[in-house]
Amino acid sequence: MKSQRHGASGESPAARIRGLRKAYGTNLVFDGIDLDVARGERVAILGASGCGKSTLLRCIAGLELADAGTVVTAGEIGLIFQEPRLFPWLDVRRNVAFPARNDDERARVDNVLALVGLAHAAQRLPKELSGGMAQRAALARALVRDPHLLLLDEPFAALDALRRIELRAAVREILEFTRASAILVTHDVDDALALADRVVVLAGSPAEIAFTGVVGETATRGAILDALGVLSSEPGHSARARTAS
Amino acid sequence: MGRFAVPLALLAAWWAATASGWIKSYQLASPRDVVRELADLAQSGLLWRDLGASVERVALGFAIALAVALVLGSLVGGSRVAERALDPTLQGIRAVPSLAWVPLILLWLGIGETAKITLVAIGAFFPIYVALVSGIHGVDRKLVEVGTIFGLSRIALIVRVLVPATLPQLLVGARIGLTQAWLFLVAAELLAATNGLGFLLTDGQQTSRTDEILVAILLFAACGKLSESGMRWLERRLVGWTDTVPA
Repeated sequence: MKSQRHGASGESPAARIRGLRKAYGTNLVFDGIDLDVARGERVAILGASGCGKSTLLRCIAGLELADAGTVVTAGEIGLIFQEPRLFPWLDVRRNVAFPARNDDERARVDNVLALVGLAHAAQRLPKELSGGMAQRAALARALVRDPHLLLLDEPFAALDALRRIELRAAVREILEFTRASAILVTHDVDDALALADRVVVLAGSPAEIAFTGVVGETATRGAILDALGVLSSEPGHSARARTAS
Repeated sequence: MGRFAVPLALLAAWWAATASGWIKSYQLASPRDVVRELADLAQSGLLWRDLGASVERVALGFAIALAVALVLGSLVGGSRVAERALDPTLQGIRAVPSLAWVPLILLWLGIGETAKITLVAIGAFFPIYVALVSGIHGVDRKLVEVGTIFGLSRIALIVRVLVPATLPQLLVGARIGLTQAWLFLVAAELLAATNGLGFLLTDGQQTSRTDEILVAILLFAACGKLSESGMRWLERRLVGWTDTVPA
């Protein structure tokens, strides 16, 4: 089977993944991944670096072709990478307007700029932005088409600790405001707990879903760290641990 | 002030050496003679004839080189098939010092305008071609991916991502190509010409007029500097967004 996507509406989930398999040559990254993301639900996929979580996201986004299985997504997808990937020759406004296909979407440019807090920097070139501002611009660009599903691939990894907390709060607000569904790929337990309704841990080789739990219920820090195979000195609470990268 | 000190000192030394009679005028004309010769040439109209002829050859040769380099460079940079078919041949031709083509070009095209413009075009072509191909190969794959995510068509991807991403390299190549064009113009006009700045050089040599030779050299310097400044201005205007120290 090949990956497919169509703009289904109504009660269908934001994303439905069934039996997904991806290999590079003889290296099987994952096989038989099943995952549903409900409308408005925010799912974090946690795993150590190189476990295949980014590949999984790229398959969902359609950037990689899965070897088997299906991906069905409803409506528009917005994708945010670890790096902002802004076009250096366009100012912030033109970068954000880049995906706009019609007057409706062009009219949204100023709204999303304000939403990410960049209305004052609309005329700046990417080289004149800090890392956090550039990532906000990338976020605004991903929002211009009013996506039903946001895919975030380690969006805070390139930022320092303070910017990371700031941007995380901004993303949280935006997700709540737009009510978009989201899949967040991260190796940071704090990111997952701060942003997601549900946490999925990817582990092993080939990768499997080793754990899935709802934040505030079964997805506690201790349980997540256990699933990641991290030895926590204070299991269950307050361990400032991140998975090794 | 500091940037004018050395040129002014050189000018003073030149003037002193010629005015004192230490260097004879058939070896090196004095600054005064050079200025007078320049004024004479301007008055007689010969200056504009020669300058115009040279500028025209450079402009035409450069334009042809740019057009051919854009076509071949885009093909080789954009298609693996074209790269395998064309690039080894072009690299082979590039390995030949371009002036070595002169005898063949003269045999084929004679000593007329076509030969001169062709030589200028050959000189300007390779820097532009090489810069364009490496520019296309160096386009950030991650930016192309952004275009892909947003479902850009092949044409839109080229126009909205690949062309702007390649432009800085292309302009650098064009600047070097224009410098090369002037270099090859001198070669072409030294060989056979009845007008142009290179003709001024040979004419001055044959009549032992060092003032005429120096006028030609000064005019070449001015033309080279003007085209270089023009290209740099174009770079600042068009690709000021690059996040690098200007070359």
